[in-house]
Amino acid sequence: MDTLEAAFGLILHWDVVTTIAIAAIFGLFVGAIPGLTATMAIALLVPTTFFMDPVPAIGAMITCSAMAIFAGDIPGTMLRIPGTPASAAYADEAFRMTQKGEAEIALGANLLFSAVGGLFGTAILMLMAPWLAEVALKFSSFEYFWMALLGLTCATFIGTGAPIKGLISLFIGLLVATVGLNNPAGVPRFTFGDINLLGGIDFISAMIGLFAVSEVLRVAASGARSLPVPQASVGNLFKGWGRLFVRYWPQQLRGNILGTAIGVLPGSGADIAAWVSYAVSRKFSRTPEKFGTGHLEGIVESTSANNAALGGAWVPALVFGIPGDSITAIVIGVLYVKGVNPGPTLFLTNPQTIYAIFLIFIIANLIMVPFGWGAIKLAKQILRVPPKILMPVILSFCMVGAFATNNATFDVSVMLVFGVLGFIMEENDIPIAPCILGIVLGPMLEQNFVTSMIKSDGSFLAFFERPIAAGLGLFTLFVWGASFVSSYLAQRRAADDPSPA
Amino acid sequence: MNFARILRGLAAGAIATFVLPVTMALAGPYPDRPITLIVPWGAGGGTDATARILASILQEDIGQPVNVVNRTGGSGVVGHSAIAEADPDGYTIGLATVEIGMMHWQGLTKLDYSAYTPLALVNEDPGAVQVSADSPWKDLPSLIEAIKADPGKYKASGTGQGGIWHLAIAGLLSKLEIDPTAVPWVPSKGAAPGLQDLVAGGVSIVPCSIPEARSLLEAGRVRSLAVMSETRNAAFPDVPTTKEAMGVSWTIGAWRGIVAPKGISDEQAQTLIAALKKAYDSDEYKTFMSKQGFGIRWASGADFGTFMKESNETLGEVMKTVGLTK
Repeated sequence: MDTLEAAFGLILHWDVVTTIAIAAIFGLFVGAIPGLTATMAIALLVPTTFFMDPVPAIGAMITCSAMAIFAGDIPGTMLRIPGTPASAAYADEAFRMTQKGEAEIALGANLLFSAVGGLFGTAILMLMAPWLAEVALKFSSFEYFWMALLGLTCATFIGTGAPIKGLISLFIGLLVATVGLNNPAGVPRFTFGDINLLGGIDFISAMIGLFAVSEVLRVAASGARSLPVPQASVGNLFKGWGRLFVRYWPQQLRGNILGTAIGVLPGSGADIAAWVSYAVSRKFSRTPEKFGTGHLEGIVESTSANNAALGGAWVPALVFGIPGDSITAIVIGVLYVKGVNPGPTLFLTNPQTIYAIFLIFIIANLIMVPFGWGAIKLAKQILRVPPKILMPVILSFCMVGAFATNNATFDVSVMLVFGVLGFIMEENDIPIAPCILGIVLGPMLEQNFVTSMIKSDGSFLAFFERPIAAGLGLFTLFVWGASFVSSYLAQRRAADDPSPA
Repeated sequence: MNFARILRGLAAGAIATFVLPVTMALAGPYPDRPITLIVPWGAGGGTDATARILASILQEDIGQPVNVVNRTGGSGVVGHSAIAEADPDGYTIGLATVEIGMMHWQGLTKLDYSAYTPLALVNEDPGAVQVSADSPWKDLPSLIEAIKADPGKYKASGTGQGGIWHLAIAGLLSKLEIDPTAVPWVPSKGAAPGLQDLVAGGVSIVPCSIPEARSLLEAGRVRSLAVMSETRNAAFPDVPTTKEAMGVSWTIGAWRGIVAPKGISDEQAQTLIAALKKAYDSDEYKTFMSKQGFGIRWASGADFGTFMKESNETLGEVMKTVGLTK
């Protein structure tokens, strides 16, 4: 209890409280702008933390990242333009709710389940960090290979419509992921001698293009009509929450657990957590046909997962100094500068700082509710702007975002090219979500496959030699087998029963 | 380069709009407007942190903002090219890293150290040989014996194919007259994933720098057998140098230094070097680097140029032995 008191003492200073509040607003702002990611928000904070005490410095980063991941949902819901990659998985679904006039319901749910997911991730971090970090350390490339393959399998679940179109989209994404020098052999591929292409196709620019620019093109092509539906105002955002919570508790719990687990594993973070959770939600839903039509179920599960992943990512970061995602990769550097050296001993030698970190996590997820509420109310006004004014504004924001990813005009070109690609794909009913999953997971799959083969001197059996890898491998094969069997049975049933349904 | 011109145009436009109205009135000695510092690696990494702390100290001294701009991608080629191609007007400088002496040997670019005006070397972290704490090897000779007895069995990781730590272990082996391919390289996205794989049992050796392995060293999960420099690391004085452990002198490390495009005026270079020296000597920089566990090393102007040239030649030689050159 003394430690807890000391921890409270560390936090209840005016400078800590102000820093957290400013970081919260900053995080909301950056997260809501397409192309400016949570990782970027944290990177921008680094220089300012040089001049802060340890607790406010760490508090600013925690709060900022939690807010940014939630705020990414706002433009995703309103305009189908995910503010951060973590919101991409369900941007389309949430936007369809807006088209039905349910923007406030979608955003309210995003806010509630983001906060609860964040708290769940924090609880796991507090209670199980040392143990979970041990598990995460057992993951080698063999295990990651299966994880990436499982993730890609999700692509067949998330796309609506014909599976073959989902596969086309996935392979476009995988092709894009092969461009550049960042492959295991370090050999330039598809670069045509261009220095910019050596760096590969930046995932963020591609994502903005696929989602946002294609939307701008579509509005332009359809004659820029206003949104026909008046937005139902829920009035009190908090009113329906109790009902949502009761109705979707299994989805929410599953999203929380999956999100935290994916966060704990080094190298995968909030964005992958959201994709996988959305796919899992659809796979196990009783009403999978409603997915993609503006259905809350998948949104609840994945918005829980991406915020839960944030807490999870701190597990290996605090215990072993190994980043759980791109955000903690930056945070670790700051921890060292502030003398809070990560390590198992940190929990023994510096408990009041650790408790202070936990408390800030809790506070950040609690203040997300009022801050997020304000942001939603403000952002709602966007929908009143006529599309012919709004769309050019969005396009210019997209350009800023794409430019900011690498400070290069090349990325703006990438964004525009992918905008046209996204437009063509969607006009032909090819879903864009699997393509993005391919871009995200393609490099991970290749890297882990090639390094595993080097380690095993070319033996495929090595993928089943380690216990966790063998378990994951068998599970993957089972999922595939089950999918084939069920689709075969469905076909036979359809053949046996020619009467129209 | 068309896009570079557009970029410059944009930058010039921004400067004309926001900065000129102020500086026109105050136009004085160099520098009279903000300086851009290009970093070829991502925001948040060790290189980025070093650049940002230097920039923040530097701007207090020269009285103008120093803006850090990350130009990532292509294993550093993109950013290093951007520095070399910038206008040599003294308002764009960059942070060059050890990779400048590697990428042209691989045939990725024609660019090498000679494209820059060297200003100051500010950091160097030598490589070290890390093994898992569960491994049977307590010192470097026993590891080397195991490698000799079973070539190809023990794999190493910690950076991409042909990256600095790949060359560190390959160079050490060839110094010991062992075929460098006796330890196959497993490419990884950096030292942290490599170290994680070491603890997970995926690889046997990670020849990264001591600061990168620090948290796992302190947690007792990995063991450092030798450091590839002339002196021991102050924070880990028990780890011997390769010379002490094996009797061969092999030094290699990742370094960072500030450079300007070729053609910058001598006067501007001297101003920047003087300011960098002050920043390097400041308590802020020293404390920051020692807290991160980063090593510091100073060389300025022509000395730094010679350093880059030597580094370039050593790396080229190792890369030829390993067969990474084109």
